[in-house]
Amino acid sequence: MTGTDLQVEVIIPTQTRYLELIGSIGEHIGKELDSFQGDRDALAYHLNLVLTEATTNAIKHSNFNDPKDTVKITIHICENELIIRVYDHGQGFDLESVPTPDFEHPKEGGMGIYFIRTLMDSVSYRKMKEANVLEIRKFLT
Amino acid sequence: MNVKREKVNGSMVLFVQEERIDAHNSADFKELMLQLLEQGETDLVVQLQSVRFIDSSGLGALLAGLKNATAKSGKFTLTNIQPQVLSMFELTRLNRVFEIYPNLQDVFASDQ
Repeated sequence: MTGTDLQVEVIIPTQTRYLELIGSIGEHIGKELDSFQGDRDALAYHLNLVLTEATTNAIKHSNFNDPKDTVKITIHICENELIIRVYDHGQGFDLESVPTPDFEHPKEGGMGIYFIRTLMDSVSYRKMKEANVLEIRKFLT
Repeated sequence: MNVKREKVNGSMVLFVQEERIDAHNSADFKELMLQLLEQGETDLVVQLQSVRFIDSSGLGALLAGLKNATAKSGKFTLTNIQPQVLSMFELTRLNRVFEIYPNLQDVFASDQ
């Protein structure tokens, strides 16, 4: 894969069985990203992880009353930036209120957002009329 | 969750036969570990050779296993962690919380 723009859009039912599919798309993109100067295997794992965590989050926050609810995931590479957007139709949550884990007293939950924040360059969550969107950006230089 | 169990030197070794531990199978895995601990298997060794991907829920399941084993004065050990999976333990500093060995021989050598 060279500097050409890439746009991937996937829509899945709100079921965790599809996490592997979404994660593996990220992993393949990371491995094929010739323009990335850093460790491509590490990037591939990180994209797999970040997409898995973000999609899990969207499924958790989805509308369980609607069996036809879906999560939309888009991956866009434009010039030197990779942008992941994950759309959910749930109540939404306050990203800013998610604390950094207490490493001295580790707990079972709360590590997903930490991974996204640590491994990527920026993350935001917007509540919109039609859907909420978690937007994750990674600079590829 | 595909996990092969084998009793070795008095320990219950769980050979995880999955490439991924994520939010799809981590709850089952946690349930299995807690059931075994409840049944008196308080020396658990989790062999992660086949696992090449783990997410936060997978780490959480292992942490639940560790906490429950410790509460029962038992042992909870991890072995054969692939480098990229190990880097997730390092990122969350869980490598300092778990007892981790390169392979099963080293686990049992440490018991001598």
